[in-house]
Amino acid sequence: MVLGNPESHAPDRLDELLQPILTRWGSAARNLVQILREAQEACDWLSPGVIDRLQRALGVPRAKIEGVAGFYAFFYTQPRGRYRVLFSDNVTDRMLGNRALLDRLCRQLWIEPGKTSEDGLVSVASTSCTGLCDQGPALLVNGFAVGRLDAARIDAIGELIRDAVPLADWPAEFFAVADNVRRADILLGSAMAPGDALRAAHARAPSDGMLASNMRSWREGLPRGVGGPDALLDEIKRANLRGRGGAGFIAGLKWEACRNAPLAPGQQRFVVCNADEGEPGTFKDRVLLSAHADLVFEGMTVAAYALGARRGFLYLRGEYRYLLDRLQAVLARRRAAGLLGGNILGIPGADFEIEIHVGAGAYVCGEESALIESLEGKRGTPRNRPPFPVTNGYLDQPTVVNNVETFAAAALVALNGGDWFRAIGTGKSAGTKLLSVSGDCARPGVYEYPFGVSVAEVLADCGAVDAQAVQVGGPSGVCLAPDEFARRIAFEDIPTAGAFTVFDRTRDMFEVARNFAHFFAHESCGFCTPCRVGTSLLRNLMDKLHDGHGSPYDFAEIEKLNRLLQAMSHCGLGHTACNPVLDTIARFRPAYARRLEREDYTPAFDLDRALAPARRMTGRDDPGAHLQTVAEAGGESGASPGCGAREDSEGGRV
Amino acid sequence: MNAPPKKRLKVATTSLAGCFGCHMSLLDIDERLFDLLKIVEFDRSPFTDIKAVGAAGPCDVGIVEGGLCNAENVQVLREFRQHCKVLIAIGACAINGGLPAQRNHLELGAILEEVYHAGHGLANGTIPNDPELPLPLDRVHPLHEVVRIDVFIPGCPPSADAIWQVLTDLIAGRPPRLGYGLLQYD
Amino acid sequence: MSINPGFAPSFSLDGRQVPFTAGQTIIQAAAAAGIYIPHLCYRPELKPHGSCKLCTVKVNGRQASSCTLQAQAGMVVESDTDELNDERRALLQMLFVEGNHFCPSCEKSGDCKLQATACELGMTSPHYDHFFPSRPVDASHPDVLLDFNRCILCSLCVRASRDIDGKSVFALSGRGIGSRLIVNARSGRLGDTDFSAADKAASVCPVGVILPKRRGFAVPIGERTYDAAPISVVALREGE
Ligand SMILES: Cc1cc2nc3c(=O)[nH]c(=O)nc-3n(C[C@H](O)[C@H](O)[C@H](O)COP(=O)(O)O)c2cc1C
Ligand code: SF4
Ligand code: SF4
Ligand code: SF4
Ligand code: FES
Ligand code: FES
Repeated sequence: MVLGNPESHAPDRLDELLQPILTRWGSAARNLVQILREAQEACDWLSPGVIDRLQRALGVPRAKIEGVAGFYAFFYTQPRGRYRVLFSDNVTDRMLGNRALLDRLCRQLWIEPGKTSEDGLVSVASTSCTGLCDQGPALLVNGFAVGRLDAARIDAIGELIRDAVPLADWPAEFFAVADNVRRADILLGSAMAPGDALRAAHARAPSDGMLASNMRSWREGLPRGVGGPDALLDEIKRANLRGRGGAGFIAGLKWEACRNAPLAPGQQRFVVCNADEGEPGTFKDRVLLSAHADLVFEGMTVAAYALGARRGFLYLRGEYRYLLDRLQAVLARRRAAGLLGGNILGIPGADFEIEIHVGAGAYVCGEESALIESLEGKRGTPRNRPPFPVTNGYLDQPTVVNNVETFAAAALVALNGGDWFRAIGTGKSAGTKLLSVSGDCARPGVYEYPFGVSVAEVLADCGAVDAQAVQVGGPSGVCLAPDEFARRIAFEDIPTAGAFTVFDRTRDMFEVARNFAHFFAHESCGFCTPCRVGTSLLRNLMDKLHDGHGSPYDFAEIEKLNRLLQAMSHCGLGHTACNPVLDTIARFRPAYARRLEREDYTPAFDLDRALAPARRMTGRDDPGAHLQTVAEAGGESGASPGCGAREDSEGGRV
Repeated sequence: MNAPPKKRLKVATTSLAGCFGCHMSLLDIDERLFDLLKIVEFDRSPFTDIKAVGAAGPCDVGIVEGGLCNAENVQVLREFRQHCKVLIAIGACAINGGLPAQRNHLELGAILEEVYHAGHGLANGTIPNDPELPLPLDRVHPLHEVVRIDVFIPGCPPSADAIWQVLTDLIAGRPPRLGYGLLQYD
Repeated sequence: MSINPGFAPSFSLDGRQVPFTAGQTIIQAAAAAGIYIPHLCYRPELKPHGSCKLCTVKVNGRQASSCTLQAQAGMVVESDTDELNDERRALLQMLFVEGNHFCPSCEKSGDCKLQATACELGMTSPHYDHFFPSRPVDASHPDVLLDFNRCILCSLCVRASRDIDGKSVFALSGRGIGSRLIVNARSGRLGDTDFSAADKAASVCPVGVILPKRRGFAVPIGERTYDAAPISVVALREGE
């Protein structure tokens, strides 16, 4: 905490800036994340003065606000400049040379990465994948995405910042994000008119089986015996629609469990759309929200209809902030068209509203219970389960959380029926899958295939030649080598949330895994011991190998850590944090073997460098003032030239 | 007591950034020292006058007290690792840096400034730069961060019983085990 | 759940049948049956948190936190196995290297649950490379000292202050390896809060962070809590 730091704004001006935000969010602590986000947009950073006012208005302990602010990477409790630049640091950005561009911008602005310029104008740092892998390298400036960076664009950005040009006056093309739809099927090719799926759902007669198995009427305000919700749920189950967010849970069962969950007086059910899309290399939800927002909102409304839910949330990752206004406009249009709000489509009691919450830089908030915590205005730490969200979700009430793509598919099921959907794809995997293809290929973008497509087919379609590996499902997914390219994208073979990152033979798969290890260490929420400490230990070991200090001893340590993370972690992040390392060890062992340069255990740090401060202070440079990093028989001392010259852990060519 | 092995175990000991407390504790095994001397002989150690470890052939066991504070500590430790089959880190300082490591959150430069320039009564003090003096490391490290360690005997210092237990276990060829009462960190 | 009235439902723990009542967690039922399961972030009088993971057991072959998972009839639970104890030891080692734990100069030594649990599980070294974080001490309060160097982020003080003292003096902030305990004051200092040495939160810290002033090293070595008996005995005896 920096006290006495200049507030960017005078105290009375602060009140003026914060009041509308507080009013908009009902001065409710459960909206704290949204309030902080807007407060920061208005005031540049969450200064002690801002927190004072929020604390008074919300009536919560100050430490709670600071605890929440401290959790999210995009919240700043120290001044970070009026222009806050964050370079996306996914492996694909690395492959496209983002480090050189970051350095270039820093040089141009005379600042060090991670530091704020003395005049308070600008700060430049890195962040996890921003979901523009198909048009990288990318960055965020004050939360807004800029893709297709090259030297010219960086120079232009540097100039705009130096001249303090307001973001609104920057060239619009900087902020243009292309959809890059390369292959469309039922979802991306849908021309469904808004409301059609709802109308179809409402018109659908209950099937016999469904009626026999569940004669209850759970939808408040709907006359008993109206077939719609029963029948709709029946279709969703018949469709065998499985979750698209990674885990592949059957949506119909989740919806049914939520609908059957008992409600205490005053409680209600909630529908939550998970648009956190934080898995590096994944951007298909971005495209769905950009090009087919109606389909997604319709799917949420369909779910609400089936569950009897009156409120829904879209949790949009902070990196997609630029989509917010457009999405709000779609919601407004749907409200005007009678597809949201009260008595939807004129059905008495069919009330549903959708609120958009925007995240603030935390991958773990994609985990559904952490997401709910974040919706409730808290730190995004995953909950203890059971109980599960379907019974104890938002505000401890029954909640369905589904991925963006799941809701879009649900809308089509409501429109066309379960049998239609089930006929697409494979026996166990109904429907289509959106793949976010990026990396070493000629045509990166979003590809929609019926389930069952082989990796080789996708590679051929996207113009990938000479692929040595494909990372399917992002860092928490699997890494495939060429002898596995005949495998298929399907729940029964390779399940995936949709990332498909291609690496050609020029890539160093060890460096790929090391980038992912850094990602997990950066994104661990810190709740549980194994992941909080283990992901950092794993990152340090990978850096140790990179720095040329690795021995077989470290290799054994990595394997031990991997087992521990898998066994003891609290949530999926920790469970999968070791996947990229394990997979690359299994498939690209030479990339590691090459790193085990030392036969015997060698320290992670450079011993000679550890003497540098003392050399500086004493002015000594005699042989006794040096140590070799590796012990040599005979113990002759002297500087080891190789080590000092090595790139530090920040560098490394993928 | 197990039957003494035919050949005596060769043991070397040293104190790096430690306080000799652990060595005192070793001597504290009292009358069992005589039993011990029947089965071990000492190589380099403050107990002997041998200056270089393993000069007269490899040692079976090396016992190192204290952490790594300077370049000389590192060199001695490496020699021990090189010449000892089993290397034992003894005491809190060897195992986690101990008291000396509590300087680790300070910058070395600031410490040297404080001690030699700003320190009380040191008008115009200079930081010693005699090549005979070992240079301090920027941070104090426990032994296992620089070489492989086979056995740890925690405690500050460990009790004579704990040391005795580990040594007799080793001599008997058992993996050393410290149970409740012997395993302590202070 | 048992259907026979009169028979308490039970589950098996390391081969022993352990009865439980509805709503009891595995660790609660085990403690009632006189079986110790290592734990650090759990105290019976506070809502379980499930974060330290020391209490991890295998339930029907899958790892679960025994302080948060409710017992169910017929569960097969393993706890005191070499595999789990190895993993617990590794977690303890992580906690040791994450902070700055110099037991010989710590007032809590001998009464510390982290230390006692590490002894119980036969941890002889911290094994990993130390992080040696820089965490300043807060001595601003007249009666209580905060030495964050030893914080294991168990949140017991957070829960005690919020749920029992009704004060919310503490909170967790940061994330990942940068997670840290913060104090509810604009200055960030304990002296500027309404914290009192009589608070429940002043007595729940399992390690040597929240320490009463002027009482250091009052009990001689040999007479401290875990000098007399190992934590596996003390925990069951004291019901904590
Ligand atoms: C660390 C972590 C991150 C996740 N991120 C996302 C995400 O960004 N989007 C998503 O839909 N699901 C994500 N999930 C999965 C969700 O927890 C949840 O399973 C999913 O939203 C359910 O929706 P579905 O059944 O439609 O897939 C994540 C899970 C974990 C453990
Ligand atoms: S596994 Fe990692 S992300 Fe998940 S709860 Fe634990 S610390 Fe948080
Ligand atoms: S808190 Fe416990 S483990 Fe840490 S230094 Fe103190 S006694 Fe040792
Ligand atoms: S101060 Fe103590 S009780 Fe509070 S979180 Fe840290 S270790 Fe736990
Ligand atoms: S050197 Fe033995 S206790 Fe510190
Ligand atoms: S005691 Fe159960 S997780 Fe800490």
